[in-house]
Amino acid sequence: MNQISRARPYMNPYLAGTLLGIVLFLAFFITGSGLGASGGLNRLLVYVQNEVNPEHIDQVAYLLKMAGGNANPLDSWIVFLTIGTIFGGLISGLIGRRMKFETNKGPQISNGSRWIMAFIGGALMGYGARLARGCTSGQALSGGAVLSVGSWAFMFAVFAGAYALAYFFRKAWN
Amino acid sequence: MATFPLPLADLLGHWGSYVIYAVIGVAFGMTLESAGFGNSKLLAAQFYFKDMRVFKVMFTAIIVAMTLVFLSSALGLLDYNLIWVPPTYLWPGIVGGLIMGVGFIIGGFCPGTSLVGLATGKIDAVIFVLGVLFGIYMFGETVGNFATFFDSSNMGRFTLPELFNSSYGVVVISIVVVALMLFVVAEKVEGMVNGTPQPGLPGWSKPAAGALVALAAVALIIGQPSSEDRWQSIASESQVKLDERAVQISSAEFIKYRDDTKIKIIPLDVREERYFNQFHLRGAVHVPLDEVQEKARELQFEPANTVFVTMSNDEAAATEAWKILKAESLPNVYILDGGVNAWLKEYASDNLGEEDRVHNRQEDQLAYRFNAATGSRHPAAEPEPDFINLKYEPKIILELKRAPTSGGCG
Repeated sequence: MNQISRARPYMNPYLAGTLLGIVLFLAFFITGSGLGASGGLNRLLVYVQNEVNPEHIDQVAYLLKMAGGNANPLDSWIVFLTIGTIFGGLISGLIGRRMKFETNKGPQISNGSRWIMAFIGGALMGYGARLARGCTSGQALSGGAVLSVGSWAFMFAVFAGAYALAYFFRKAWN
Repeated sequence: MATFPLPLADLLGHWGSYVIYAVIGVAFGMTLESAGFGNSKLLAAQFYFKDMRVFKVMFTAIIVAMTLVFLSSALGLLDYNLIWVPPTYLWPGIVGGLIMGVGFIIGGFCPGTSLVGLATGKIDAVIFVLGVLFGIYMFGETVGNFATFFDSSNMGRFTLPELFNSSYGVVVISIVVVALMLFVVAEKVEGMVNGTPQPGLPGWSKPAAGALVALAAVALIIGQPSSEDRWQSIASESQVKLDERAVQISSAEFIKYRDDTKIKIIPLDVREERYFNQFHLRGAVHVPLDEVQEKARELQFEPANTVFVTMSNDEAAATEAWKILKAESLPNVYILDGGVNAWLKEYASDNLGEEDRVHNRQEDQLAYRFNAATGSRHPAAEPEPDFINLKYEPKIILELKRAPTSGGCG
């Protein structure tokens, strides 16, 4: 509890958004690509799969693109961006004194329920992100800023899906 | 035009360039965490209208980045053609988005935010990330069952200004203004739902919003560079290449690259349809001159080892097409030296005699008469000359710098 009382408040959302926008612009300006997250996780996973069961990689076309033959799934900028993101979160958490082992949830559900929901929600997120060829960062944020039609349609779909089911999960969060 | 994107791999080496991406990642993670995105409860509050932080941060970021991107493009500091715009696969995107929305309300994170949650010790974030990995794994295992849907409704690089048939400047400033108005609405909604006075918009928000609108207005007034502007910015150096005949490749060099399995050669035949039907090279893609600019966007998606060769009967139309493609920042574009007429003279001597020649023809007309629309069935469409005797002056220099071929999710 002591740590919580010392935790610094989060940044004003408009200020955080402005900084995020500048980071996104710089990513475009320097590299031509935007930001992303799920792609990095994808490649880390394929790397592990390739270590454990390389024959399987060679049977699945989708995996073959990233790790077939001599291709190294970690040899991609998105992997380094993802690792950087984790470190950035760590640094910011340390500065803001927000490092704490905890489970965030509404008061009406147990930690166990929250963890099961986190896993199911994560699995849906991971599956949907690959189907949509991008996640909130790569599609909605980056694609939205450079005016891709598909990215805007995607963004509305994400909000629609979440709002449509929010009522049924109100106990988990409130 | 300044060098864009920065040739990071040349400057820092292949792996060294990744340091830049890691630094960008650190900045990304820091802003996400500072915004409160490591906390799933705060993220989920968006969907109960209690704390619309997700919307505020995301849309502020989008309008700031968008305005800066298109302002830089208007000023010629950045080449929008070389920016990665996620291709539109409409229905897989919408279905995937809906699934992700459901995942968001159940799991409380999205992939990016779960990373900073994990970094700050949130146990639910750690489990969520494991779930994401499981979901990605399951996708890899099952995508084969619906590969057709996964690749359906592919509209390529398709942007909102194209959808609305409007200019980039108008769309950008409209989105900025609408987003700013929605922020005011969001503040009001939060106040109503929570029933307590909210901190409201900070004092600097109005001048900041005004500044952003002003920047978007500047981008609108200057306008995005037209194809003509783009050509003007590269005309001096490109015209020299044309005059020195550095980009007009011989038929022999074309054939050598055609037979090289490491290179993908795309012959772009820009002649009128009747000529194309009478005779064209095997594998040639017919793109009439007035459609070349539109085709350029699609060609940006070709792999980095692609060489484009424009051709017309002589060289006039092919040279025009070359200029358009260069202006659209397409790499590795060349012109077939002497065009189809020179090709036929070289490889069709067995089939086309002096009696088939067209006399007194005009510039860029076909030099031979064909009795039928032979298309690419003509023996000269895919000649197999004696390779040992193929002598030519090599002109193709593979340029690997091109538009990023994958975005943050590839």
